[in-house]
Amino acid sequence: MLERLRERITPTDIVMWMIGGSLLVMIIWGSAATLLAGLYTPRHWLDFVIFGLAQGSVYALIAMGYTMVYGVLRMINFAHSEVFMSGPYTAYYVAAAFYRSGLLESHPVLCLLAIFMVSMFISSMIAFLLEKIAYRPLRNAPRLIPLITAIGASFFLQYVFRGLYGSGFQAYPVVKMLEGHWTFIGIRILRFQAVVIVAAALLLAALYSFIQMTRVGKAIRAVSEDKEAAYLMGIDVDKMISTTFIIGGMAAGAAGAFYGIMFKQVHFFMGFIPGIKAFTAAVLGGIGNIPGAMLGGIFLGLIESVGPSLFLDGLGIVAPYQLKDAIAFTMLVLVLIFRPTGILGERLAVKKA
Amino acid sequence: MAAMLEVENIHSYYGHIHALKNLSLNINEGEIVTLIGGNGAGKSTTLRTISGLMKPRKGSIRLQDEELTRLLPHKIVEKGVVQVPEGRRVFGRLTVVENLEMGAFACRDGKLNRDNLDRVFTLFPRLLERRKQVAGTLSGGEQQMLAMGRALMANPKVLLLDEPSMGLAPVLVDDIFETIEKLHQGGTTILLVEQNARMALQVADRGYVIQTGVVVLSDSAQNLRKNEMVRKAYMGEN
Repeated sequence: MLERLRERITPTDIVMWMIGGSLLVMIIWGSAATLLAGLYTPRHWLDFVIFGLAQGSVYALIAMGYTMVYGVLRMINFAHSEVFMSGPYTAYYVAAAFYRSGLLESHPVLCLLAIFMVSMFISSMIAFLLEKIAYRPLRNAPRLIPLITAIGASFFLQYVFRGLYGSGFQAYPVVKMLEGHWTFIGIRILRFQAVVIVAAALLLAALYSFIQMTRVGKAIRAVSEDKEAAYLMGIDVDKMISTTFIIGGMAAGAAGAFYGIMFKQVHFFMGFIPGIKAFTAAVLGGIGNIPGAMLGGIFLGLIESVGPSLFLDGLGIVAPYQLKDAIAFTMLVLVLIFRPTGILGERLAVKKA
Repeated sequence: MAAMLEVENIHSYYGHIHALKNLSLNINEGEIVTLIGGNGAGKSTTLRTISGLMKPRKGSIRLQDEELTRLLPHKIVEKGVVQVPEGRRVFGRLTVVENLEMGAFACRDGKLNRDNLDRVFTLFPRLLERRKQVAGTLSGGEQQMLAMGRALMANPKVLLLDEPSMGLAPVLVDDIFETIEKLHQGGTTILLVEQNARMALQVADRGYVIQTGVVVLSDSAQNLRKNEMVRKAYMGEN
């Protein structure tokens, strides 16, 4: 019995479990210390959670693009960060024009909608062209090749947009309507956060029902299961792949517009960190799994927002909020070690059979 | 009788391997034609080439005198040549009804689709019972029924069946062949690829025997059943 156990557990496993165990101890210890010290009031925690939800829904929207593209092409579209950047960066000019003309002041809702639409449209077009020009010719190439192409396309898009719009930060105009806060049942919530959370939830629900219920959505699921069988059913596989990129681009463009509203600035390199976070979220949820990506995004947003104060403050770490990226990527490493298929992912062996 | 589907002198390759060598066959309207041959003889390759999953380097494939050779696979399905692939290949994470809807993907006529759905459920009552179930949880026999039902949803003029009996229990094999018989009586034109030559020659009108990508024999099913070479090589008799 002991012999068999010894054969099955390798030294690597032991090291991994030690890392996992010590992190767990740290997390519990830190959380307990923070809570016992009473450093934050419930109000603070609530604010952290709400900000986490807003941030998480942005991640969830971007993660949709990663996970859907992985579903149909079995590749990680590393240029998705730039798909995310292209929309809000372009929409900035629309927003600035609205601001200068005073329209943003007089018709804020219409202007916000227009900014939103422009951002979604540009991102989806970039995603569509990216697939058509960079990935389609490599459809039958070994898997490493489109991956390298994706990284190249990512740089290409970054520098094209830098060339187009310059390398400085551009500040999104402030929308008066979204300043200040609302109070719901005794909960104070910043207006822009409320708008982002509600709009993102609606979009995610719409996307999910599109994939589950419409004819095209079902065909996309069929293509991600078995391309050849989908062809034999008369499904235009290329068109479905294009559609997938367009939908993923729209979600990323929407996320970008929310990002512009929340952080009020855009930059040609702005896609990098949110993109890689959303990729983390997609892996957390189980890459290829759509509800998983949504869940992973929101979970990551929450961990990032609540985690630094909760886990690290009690350990006496100064300015823990600066370590939020470290927390996010530690999550990625932990998931890859202990549950490589993600929260909702299925066993790969089953998928291949 | 005019040929429904005509395959003329096709050559197909896997890389450098010459898989089909000058292969020709034709299927008349309402016929069941079977393609028999051993492992690797090129039976599935023939079907893949007809369906457009592989492009032949030479030769032509015509449906009622309409050229199919350069069309993409989904266009070929729209024209009415529909394949039930080897190993069934149902969409395991879609429900039974969703799988059937995918079969009707190319057809946007709602009424026709509903009629076809009724027809499939009449043919396979089992699928009606399980319509909300995810296809991956069906048994092998049920998956085969689903794969055939899914293809029927596309209004095939010619149905290509690749090894429908593969991996099924003998009772289920009988069921599947009974269904093929029923479809035949309903007027469907069928090209049947089978390792189970005995069963295939019982339902078929005509047959082709292929070896290493070449048609070595073609005759009526009746004559093939009597042919000594066929009996020895494919029906396991001495």
